[in-house]
Amino acid sequence: MSFSISLTVNGAARKVAFDDPRVTLLDLLRERLDLTGAKKGCDRGQCGACTILIDGRRINSCLALALSHDGADLLTIEGLARGDALHPVQAAFIAHDSFQCGFCTPGQIMSAVGLIQEGQAGHDPERVREGMSGNLCRCGAYVDIADAVLDAQKRLTKLDRKQVA
Amino acid sequence: MYAFTYHQPNDVAAAVALLDEDAKLLAGGQTLLPTMKQRLASPASIVDLGKIGELSGISREGETIVIGAMTRHADVAANAAVHQAIPALAALAGGIGDPHVRNRGTIGGSLANNDPAADYPAAVLALGATIVTNKRELAAEAFFHGLFETALGEGEIIVKVRFPIPQKAAYQKFRNPASRFALVGVFVTQTKGGARVAVTGAGASGVFRVNALEAALGASFAAAALKDATVPAEGLNTDMHADAAYRAHLIVVLARRAVAAAG
Ligand SMILES: Cc1cc2nc3c(=O)[nH]c(=O)nc-3n(C[C@H](O)[C@H](O)[C@H](O)COP(=O)(O)OP(=O)(O)OC[C@H]3O[C@@H](n4cnc5c(N)ncnc54)[C@H](O)[C@@H]3O)c2cc1C
Ligand code: FES
Ligand code: FES
Repeated sequence: MSFSISLTVNGAARKVAFDDPRVTLLDLLRERLDLTGAKKGCDRGQCGACTILIDGRRINSCLALALSHDGADLLTIEGLARGDALHPVQAAFIAHDSFQCGFCTPGQIMSAVGLIQEGQAGHDPERVREGMSGNLCRCGAYVDIADAVLDAQKRLTKLDRKQVA
Repeated sequence: MYAFTYHQPNDVAAAVALLDEDAKLLAGGQTLLPTMKQRLASPASIVDLGKIGELSGISREGETIVIGAMTRHADVAANAAVHQAIPALAALAGGIGDPHVRNRGTIGGSLANNDPAADYPAAVLALGATIVTNKRELAAEAFFHGLFETALGEGEIIVKVRFPIPQKAAYQKFRNPASRFALVGVFVTQTKGGARVAVTGAGASGVFRVNALEAALGASFAAAALKDATVPAEGLNTDMHADAAYRAHLIVVLARRAVAAAG
């Protein structure tokens, strides 16, 4: 049997066909759309390496069937930069050295973008750490990740936050 | 994951018509999909509730808060009516798992799953909520049947949950630092009918009420009323995280903190 869904991926309309209902959004992005930024860490919702935004909300794309999301608006790490101009969260991760191997980084950055957009964390480091708790880092770059998120959050005025997200 | 056929009905009646013993409902997928990936569940068909608008939403109807089965944890946590009427429930929802899980996971999925360490069962039991299905209305006491078991029968779908608004309520959870599930979670309420104490995470057969603590709080709803209280370790879980005696101790500590937090 074959299926087809329509998505907006990083601002562009995409129609994707596939032949198995087991395809997750993560597999669809990586294997059918060549968007390999979102990573497969655990494939069961525990690590956050596969984090993307759907209709503005952070989710684990490994725990989302593609068929459930016909018509959705997806933002992945590939959609953040504007040409050579990095998104402020990406720039902050570089400025703060917030990674070692980099495997968790796309998920961390997407989660941070989602967190800042939700506007819940404020400038309280403890709340930022809690707000980033869905993203594990096996290299243990947590301290620098939290610093980058706090820094990026400071740079983004309320208006910017809406524009960049 | 084993192969399955996929359905996405637009209303509850169509979903019910698709259910048989080899079918499974899909809500947020935060429990079902990992379980299927580990091949611990192998439904022949999946009935996705995601497009059934009537299952989502939160409203206040007189002295109750009504939450649709497909309402996400994050939406309960952020809802103004819930904050105003039962802030403890909003806080509980905001403390489930992590933000990603809260953006997908639903109250209906959590209750149907009845994980012995899940948070919502404690709220449902302590608040004396009613679970409304496509077939009947179930009191909290009649709904939970031990580990991962509920009163739900074949072809039965949770539609919504009705929470009576209490005078006071609070939830305290000692969480597993990795998963955020409750090592022990205690939900206390004070209503016209008396005090209720429901415990999750600790019971070897799932969520339960503690009559002795309820009696003490019925006489005086204050943390001091539980000063010398103890709970027996019999019937509590022992696992790699904590033994039964430790959990018994935590129940009283968390109950005291919850009563203090309820004000
Ligand atoms: C990393 C992680 C951390 C978590 N931490 C916590 C935590 O701290 N506390 C906590 O309580 N939970 C936690 N959870 C579980 C989470 O809350 C799940 O969302 C929830 O248990 C299941 O809800 P769901 O909507 O995802 O349901 P699904 O996974 O889609 O379904 C679960 C079960 O319920 C059935 N079902 C779903 N909806 C209905 C309905 N309306 N009527 C009848 N049956 C239905 C399904 O058929 C299935 O058997 C965690 C999950 C993950 C992945
Ligand atoms: S790969 Fe999705 S959470 Fe780990
Ligand atoms: S940088 Fe290596 S896992 Fe985070």
